[in-house]
Amino acid sequence: MNQARPEFELGKDLVGLEGLSGATITGILDTAEPFKEISERAIKKVPVLRGKTIVNLFFEPSTRTRISFEFAEKRLGADTVNISSSGSSVVKGETLVDTARNLEAMRIDMVVIRHSSSGAASFLADRIPSNVINAGDGQHEHPTQALLDMLTIRDRLGRIEGLKVCIVGDIVHSRVARSNIFGLQALGAEVAVCGPRSLIPRGIEELGVESFNHIEDAIEWADALNILRLQLERMSTGFIPSLREYNRVFGVTRARLARAPRDTVILHPGPINRGVEIDSAVADGPQSVILPQVTNGVAVRMAVLYLLAGGVPGGAEAAKQEIS
Amino acid sequence: MNRPLLLRGGRVVDPSQDLDGPADVLVRGGKIEAVGSDIAGPDDAEVLDASGQVVAPGLIDVHVHLREPGGEHKETIHTGSHAALAGGFTTVWAMPNTDPPIDDPAAVGYLRLAARAARGTQVMPIGAASIGQKGERMTEIGELVKAGAVAVSDDGAPVWDTGLMRRLLEYTQTFGIPVLQHAEDMALAGGVMNEGVVATALGLRGLPNAAESCIVARDIQLVELTGGHLHVCHVSARQSVEQLGMAKEKGLTVTSEVTPHHLILTDEMCRGYNTEAKVNPPLRTEDDVEAVTQALLDGVIDIIATDHAPHTYEEKEQEFDYAPFGINGLETAFGLCMRALVQPGRLSLSGLIDRMSCNPARIMGLDSGTLRPGAPADIVVLDPGEQWTVDPADFRSRSRNTPIAGWELIGRVNHTLVAGEIRFERN
Repeated sequence: MNQARPEFELGKDLVGLEGLSGATITGILDTAEPFKEISERAIKKVPVLRGKTIVNLFFEPSTRTRISFEFAEKRLGADTVNISSSGSSVVKGETLVDTARNLEAMRIDMVVIRHSSSGAASFLADRIPSNVINAGDGQHEHPTQALLDMLTIRDRLGRIEGLKVCIVGDIVHSRVARSNIFGLQALGAEVAVCGPRSLIPRGIEELGVESFNHIEDAIEWADALNILRLQLERMSTGFIPSLREYNRVFGVTRARLARAPRDTVILHPGPINRGVEIDSAVADGPQSVILPQVTNGVAVRMAVLYLLAGGVPGGAEAAKQEIS
Repeated sequence: MNRPLLLRGGRVVDPSQDLDGPADVLVRGGKIEAVGSDIAGPDDAEVLDASGQVVAPGLIDVHVHLREPGGEHKETIHTGSHAALAGGFTTVWAMPNTDPPIDDPAAVGYLRLAARAARGTQVMPIGAASIGQKGERMTEIGELVKAGAVAVSDDGAPVWDTGLMRRLLEYTQTFGIPVLQHAEDMALAGGVMNEGVVATALGLRGLPNAAESCIVARDIQLVELTGGHLHVCHVSARQSVEQLGMAKEKGLTVTSEVTPHHLILTDEMCRGYNTEAKVNPPLRTEDDVEAVTQALLDGVIDIIATDHAPHTYEEKEQEFDYAPFGINGLETAFGLCMRALVQPGRLSLSGLIDRMSCNPARIMGLDSGTLRPGAPADIVVLDPGEQWTVDPADFRSRSRNTPIAGWELIGRVNHTLVAGEIRFERN
């Protein structure tokens, strides 16, 4: 469990939200606020990271996270290079650490890494002096996704502390779930999960997380539902019998949501499987914050980049005014 | 070798004869000649001053991976058999999951020749249970035994097919050898660490206790059916212990081992994606550590074996998913067991020697594991009170993979004698 530490403390890297204090997470979210406005300008650029070199090292396919990071980097004026596994020496058998050291030798400042193995981001962070940002490592963490989820909830409900947030779906394989659990708990929210037991990891209750077997109970309980994408291969690997049945038992439908005792906020990290984990009427409905999540993603990533580059919380407003 | 040797002034600990007290040991012609107080050795006898030391039957490890042939970058018969000596082991049984596997008599013969040339500990080959360790067709077990194999196993992988396991337990009875089983239900496997809250927090795929205990339960049923000798390797889970307890109560020919690491380490060691703690079966919880420890004390688990599994730095210096399973165990086993069992007062030194020497010899039918006159002079001389720090750079093993680097251990081997010859002497 996280100790309540009053001060903002962010290390060299952002590999996960586990162990970060509530003050640190709040500091990141507060830093994102002034950056939101930059994306609304005609000229979406401030030179906060001018002269910095950032490598986006993607060992796993990603569209929205990579583009969101790239926008964040470019809007802060950084020079960026994108490397995806298919176009790199990774396919020639080079190890992760050698790839990173070679990049390091070209004098880079930051690495944003997406990798299919849990722990890959901290593996890299421990071995190179550059700042490392985890853009998703296996089934471990995806901290910037959870940060943007929390920023979006805070925008809508005005706070995180005391809220009840339920993560719905494939928890076992989800790095988004883990980051949300750690982050939300640090900010004083209650977290639950809901899904078929075959997709709920053992021992999750020891993390202080309640589990619901029925989506109706989760809807009854929660202030916000974070609905995860159900990967199609979960069917072929035997975790669930069919997508059709998943929708019938666990799908967040308009009818189910209509029975909620409050205006439940609906989040989804995307991409959406319409008609599987969520119905279109819900995804596109008034309670959905799915597109604001995407918008906030850029601001949150700008905040993380700015802070790791040496910025301080509260300094963002001045920084962006100063040179723009 | 030809000169008699007198180990003088030590404390002789030999649970096979219920001995624990000051005595001298006289060795001649590779065998124990006498144990007693104030033995006047022959005039030409070499004298080893054992004062302040414990003299005990040499340790026996029925589960090591020496990697030769095919994995010589990790370990060879030479380096592994000398690592064993430094750990106090006078006999090790080498698992057959090499490349190619030890599944024919020529390979068994090669291992024995290489072991003899190494002049380290005695290496006894374990033959593959199935051809190519593929789990399909039985090897020519009679031929393997004739060439010197002492057991069969597909370790590294389980004998997964229930029908094949049944036939193995039947067929081996002609040759009087055990089937050593790596108990893992492949349909529950696929994980990289213990299934539980730590794996959940790290986002790593879990291996549940049931992956082991399901196969233990199945194999015990097969022993009840066939009467063969099942030896369960590296027991790690409470539920397996419960099954083994029932088998012992029924008097079935089921024996088992536990590794030093499963007696003290837990899955918490995996935090930070520490690949040195990646091992199969995985490090489990405090509850499991307590269960296997109690089982070892109660005799439900018979012996300690290391599952010595050397891997190179490069192989372990990877993402957790990609690093191989295994812990380098020979040189730290005794000190780690002293720390886990004897130092906290759960087991006597004699009890530990029993489980690392006498019991392995007894359950596997070896004539060593004792200092009785006439037995092979396989002897370890050790200081049970010596504190030392694990420094992998000092390993005789070719590999350095251990999760306990920097740990303070207690109890250190100073001399190891094989057939009366001092083959290891700590500087």
